[in-house]
Amino acid sequence: MPAKNILKSGADIVVDILLEEGVTIAWGITGGAILPVYDALYKKRDKIRLIDTKHEQGAIHMAEGFAKSTGQVGVCIVTSGPGATNIVTGLADAYMDSVPIVAITGQVATSLIGTDAFQEADVVGITRSCTKHNFLIHNLAELPQIMRDAFFIARTGRPGPVLIDLPKDIAVSSADLSIPKKPSIELSRFVPEIDSNKIKVVADLIQKSKKPVIYAGGGIIHANAASELKEFVKKTNIPITLTLMGLGSFPGSDKQFIDMLGMHGSYRANMAVMECDLLIAIGSRFDDRVTGKLSEFSPQSKKVHIDVDPTSIGKNVPVDVSILGNLKTILKRLTQLSHYQEYKEWYQQLNEWNAKHPFGFDQKPNQKILPQFAISEIFRITKGQAFITTEVGQHQMWAAQFYKFDYPRHWITSGGLGTMGFGFPAAVGVQFAHPHANVIDIAGDGSFQMTLQELAVVREYKLPVKIVILNNRFMGMVKQWQDLHFEKRYASTSIPAQPDFVKLAEAYGIQGYRASTPSEATRILEKTLNRSEACLIDIIVDENEHVYPMVPAGKSVRDIVLSKQENISSTHGVYKRRKK
Amino acid sequence: MRHTISVLVQNHPGVLSRVTNLFSARGYNIDSLVVGTTENEKFSRMTIVVDGDDRIIDQVEKQLKKLIEVKTVVDLSKEDFISRDLALIKIKAEKSNRNEVMDIIQAFNAKIVDVGLKSFVIEVTGKESKINAMIELLKSFGILELVRTGEVAIARGKRFYENVAPTKIKVQLASEDQINL
Repeated sequence: MPAKNILKSGADIVVDILLEEGVTIAWGITGGAILPVYDALYKKRDKIRLIDTKHEQGAIHMAEGFAKSTGQVGVCIVTSGPGATNIVTGLADAYMDSVPIVAITGQVATSLIGTDAFQEADVVGITRSCTKHNFLIHNLAELPQIMRDAFFIARTGRPGPVLIDLPKDIAVSSADLSIPKKPSIELSRFVPEIDSNKIKVVADLIQKSKKPVIYAGGGIIHANAASELKEFVKKTNIPITLTLMGLGSFPGSDKQFIDMLGMHGSYRANMAVMECDLLIAIGSRFDDRVTGKLSEFSPQSKKVHIDVDPTSIGKNVPVDVSILGNLKTILKRLTQLSHYQEYKEWYQQLNEWNAKHPFGFDQKPNQKILPQFAISEIFRITKGQAFITTEVGQHQMWAAQFYKFDYPRHWITSGGLGTMGFGFPAAVGVQFAHPHANVIDIAGDGSFQMTLQELAVVREYKLPVKIVILNNRFMGMVKQWQDLHFEKRYASTSIPAQPDFVKLAEAYGIQGYRASTPSEATRILEKTLNRSEACLIDIIVDENEHVYPMVPAGKSVRDIVLSKQENISSTHGVYKRRKK
Repeated sequence: MRHTISVLVQNHPGVLSRVTNLFSARGYNIDSLVVGTTENEKFSRMTIVVDGDDRIIDQVEKQLKKLIEVKTVVDLSKEDFISRDLALIKIKAEKSNRNEVMDIIQAFNAKIVDVGLKSFVIEVTGKESKINAMIELLKSFGILELVRTGEVAIARGKRFYENVAPTKIKVQLASEDQINL
């Protein structure tokens, strides 16, 4: 037998490896099966802060906010059964948006697994399709290597959530185990070798193109390749559009940026993709909200796809050339081989499109507050420097349109899964990572009510998070679809019984404000947003406002709807030309 | 088009469901899936027959490769490979037609593995198409029961992995009290 003082329990090993992996903070809620790990964490509380949330969904979204804003792995530790099932939404969210998360769930003792024990759930079974990988620990001996591998898998290549299900008996049994220094998985599994020949092919295509467009996405941010992207865009002078997830990976205020593309992207960006002769997709995945009708997506272009994940290539749209590998390296090499071109006519065309249908709104001083106005005010007051998180719906799209992001990792939103209730706990996570930064959750009144109990965490840790609710008393985005496609039958979209959000904030000891007129909104936002304490601002906005432009689901850019009054598909340039 | 894909996986619990889950979650069609041990206890081999166009097959291969416990994925349809299927067929065999059935069995190089008063159980191995053909012929005699393994396949002259030695560590198990806390 080894001497007793070098025996370590499973729980202690978990905490040791968390420390070695650089973890300083984790979120969760305790419970019977995870108690040994919480106990071990308590002994190291000077090194790892454990934040008790009010619901496990809040915990994992906080971990996501932390991870998205820092690029580090977010850690979430919850108990078995309901604790674990409550994080499933967050895991699915992190999986869709490629967020590096390690979730540790307690499990009933190995002898009880399969007996329908108290708080037992088949967590690896439930989470198999919404994690990058998951593990059930079968014995203590395999724990150290699995912990090490989990962090490696979560952060390497295309990041994603990894779950470790840790039975209680393994957490409390102990052994003299050496901690492996390295993961047992090869890097090449996640980051393919770059094919240099293809970089030359792409450089040639760029050289020949008269109307190229770069369409970059969240992959740039995950690869920390924003500065490499900027160099490439600046050197080549190619116009660039970004996906919802890519916002901030290229400066939003730069003149080469033609705004977001997709369902609620700019007219200019969508037309550019429609009319370009070369589409360069970098770290983006041809999501249906970007492509619309696949058969009519960017019909005239050669397509280049640069990504780290082989499964992204050709999944939705066939491409002419693909380059796999680390985006930073690929962009650097591609920049070396590329040259400046003026693209005079192409920019002229882009400017024309923009002049015709820019993002815009018309706020009249004595009328209801337009949500776009409120977001523009937030942008102006924070000078574009804030971290913005959002929930999901109309307010999310307006925030994407009207807040210009100049830096990566400042735009924290649930893109792929579209998780209402994401933004507020995510903002809390961002604030933990950046204690002195300005962090604002732009929320909808529907979404905010899904996770608002985390106001308690804001209060407990005195976090200066700002919550701006664009309150239209509706599930606004669905209402918009009902207005457009369901003859205004508002099935389950109105929110008649709403709490008084100001009093609600006050109940948690947080300042609350309400604005009902544009001038009030300006005054309150100016007063509160740059303060270093939390507050909630309830902005009563016009419930009949729609998000435009809108490419209806499953339709092509030629069916773009630009405003309530106007559906220009019949006079659309592309449409006319193709009809000839 | 049908493809025969050979997948070498770590011999962990849950691997089979991870693979089948991938197929069902992404809507790919499995014609057959066979899994069994290999010469190395650390690995199992799956032979999956999947139907789909080139885009689907390309995705199937890439998605399988993305699974952590998958070591290698080989689309055998692109290689020189050998495949076999095995069927056990219980067939009506009365005095009047026994000879006829025996002729078919002989022609397909099959064997009778059980003889009853009114039935045979026939074992036949071979390529899937051969077994299909035999079943077609036997149908007129009355097939009572049929069971097939599905296709197993192996490439000629290739090997895909190295041996890994297991490690042994002493563990002090938790006491009942600790668990029941």
